[in-house]
Amino acid sequence: MPLFILRRILQSFNVLFVMSLLVFAGVYAIGNPLDLLVDPNATADDTARAAASLGLDQPLWVQYGRFLGNALQGDLGNSFIHGVPALGLIVERLPATLELAVVAMLIAVLLGIPLGLWAGLKPDSWSGRAIMAGSILGFSLPTFWVGLMLIMVFAVQLGWLPASGRGPTVDVLGVSISLLTADGWRHLLLPAANLALFKLSLIIRLTRSGTREALLQDYVKFARAKGLSNARVVGVHVLKNILIPIVTVVGLEFGSLIAFSVVTESIFAWPGMGKLLLDSITQLDRPVVVAYLLLVVTLYVVINLAVDLLYAALDPRVRLAGARA
Amino acid sequence: MNAQREPTLVVGRLTTRFAGLGGAVTAVDEVSFNVAPGEVLGLVGESGSGKSMTGFSILGLVDPPGEITGGSIRLKGRELRGLPAREWRALRGDRIAMIFQDPMMTLNPVLRIDTQMIETVRAHRRVSRDAAREMARDALARVGIPSPDERLRAYPHQLSGGMRQRVAIAIALLNAPDLIIADEPTTALDVTIQAQILFEMQTLCRESGTALIWITHDLAVVAGLADRVCVMYAGRIVEQGSTAQVLETPAHPYTRGLLDSTPAANVQPDKAGRPQPLRQIPGMAPSLKELPAGCAFRPRCTRASTLCEQTPPEVELARGHVARCFHPLSAAEGLKS
Repeated sequence: MPLFILRRILQSFNVLFVMSLLVFAGVYAIGNPLDLLVDPNATADDTARAAASLGLDQPLWVQYGRFLGNALQGDLGNSFIHGVPALGLIVERLPATLELAVVAMLIAVLLGIPLGLWAGLKPDSWSGRAIMAGSILGFSLPTFWVGLMLIMVFAVQLGWLPASGRGPTVDVLGVSISLLTADGWRHLLLPAANLALFKLSLIIRLTRSGTREALLQDYVKFARAKGLSNARVVGVHVLKNILIPIVTVVGLEFGSLIAFSVVTESIFAWPGMGKLLLDSITQLDRPVVVAYLLLVVTLYVVINLAVDLLYAALDPRVRLAGARA
Repeated sequence: MNAQREPTLVVGRLTTRFAGLGGAVTAVDEVSFNVAPGEVLGLVGESGSGKSMTGFSILGLVDPPGEITGGSIRLKGRELRGLPAREWRALRGDRIAMIFQDPMMTLNPVLRIDTQMIETVRAHRRVSRDAAREMARDALARVGIPSPDERLRAYPHQLSGGMRQRVAIAIALLNAPDLIIADEPTTALDVTIQAQILFEMQTLCRESGTALIWITHDLAVVAGLADRVCVMYAGRIVEQGSTAQVLETPAHPYTRGLLDSTPAANVQPDKAGRPQPLRQIPGMAPSLKELPAGCAFRPRCTRASTLCEQTPPEVELARGHVARCFHPLSAAEGLKS
């Protein structure tokens, strides 16, 4: 097991390296940040000085070499715009995004699995069909549109919930959290619901198809032949088997929630990482973009590792291959 | 034989149908038989003959759109048909147990053996987990599983196929049921393991007075195990009687055909020393959707006449030996050539 984890960490360094190379070249290809940073009326002298101070006067491979050298010492560079360390800028926004993602995922899992089970157990009932029809809507409606509708109904017309921003935060061990105040929750509810909708539909469909498949298995018939109650057959025998694929998907989707909740954060003016990324891309703030994507890759690696460990805990047939490739 | 004792199970004109788009299909058609305590009844037939569905009907586990539409199932004098779902559930795994064909598929792969055994005990009686575990261990020991304490903590994939089937049998025995329905439980196993399990099942049922219905397509298994045999074809029992009566003097042409197509280890080679070719029943088993009127075996039968377009009557050839046929073979004809 420790060997398995160690191997994963080494592999992730390869991924990080390739990722940094791609992003570096990609942002370079988009345009020259100097055009945006320096006043158009500045003299050529001023421009050259700015370029030199940011290291932008060097050829790309020298710039990358410097970045790599610093990155290995834990320094991902300073933001061109804000002049502060890029990583710090991102980590500052991390709690806001994280709490949004966690609440959205909880909504998706806690509603999705029971609804999916129900739809799988009663595929021909009107309630089962209604759940499936709803999940198709959740799949196909664009996030931004749903977000706007949520604001229109709950914030503008009904006036129940605030339309934008994050509520008051409380510092816990240096991390600012808005989940501890009622107003914080009121601010969180709409963006979290918006973000959860697609994942909810995905989990419903996954749970339903898993349930329908499991119900045909001999072990379910045998469990019923043993005289077990329906609750036990479904809640233990079926659920424990279908949880295995669900955990995988939830893990990966959780990663994408953290990394790419850009649209929702923009609509609800949620001060998270997604909004920062968007701003940084439009301003060609390369250090922030690179640092952001490296952080995202790291998150994915960690989540994947957690999924694999959970997998082994859920499925006794899985043995983590530590010794061989 | 226990003919004078009150039977454990009396099935009378049991009919199970499946409603479908192309009209209803009768999977079990007016099936009647009895099983006495300690008796082994062999239920023989090809795939799709309705033998497994008969078993599931007795357990009350026919999935929609299937439904028991007629007849009665009496367990120790109590009518099961029309029982509320809750009461039927209480009987399953307690008074009637079932063993399935494929031991690789019947145990839940993600639950430990002890979990799967203890839940079976606790679904039916209020005992502590420790007491239930004790019962589980005893049951494993009874079916010949070495070091049962260790096996209890194992997951199914850590056991061999034969071992898993023993676990399934131990689960069936846990609550000392009145009736066990075994649906081809040895088909997936090696012959040596099969022989051991057959012998053990026979002994266990004799000792405890448990009635056993053994569903199989294998006449050789029936010959060594069953007291009485029912032969099913297209949802109907076409012949039933004691094992000796049915296997030695078959009266229904279908039974005769089945016997002829069974490979035997002691076949006499012909003059050139080559083994004799197996005889086959001509044609295919019919689809239940398009059964011919009258006797379903008619199109494949060499003795069929226009009379066979009517539903054949039950003919009692000897005491307890019944065939559903207009032209049953006489005892002399039925003897193996």
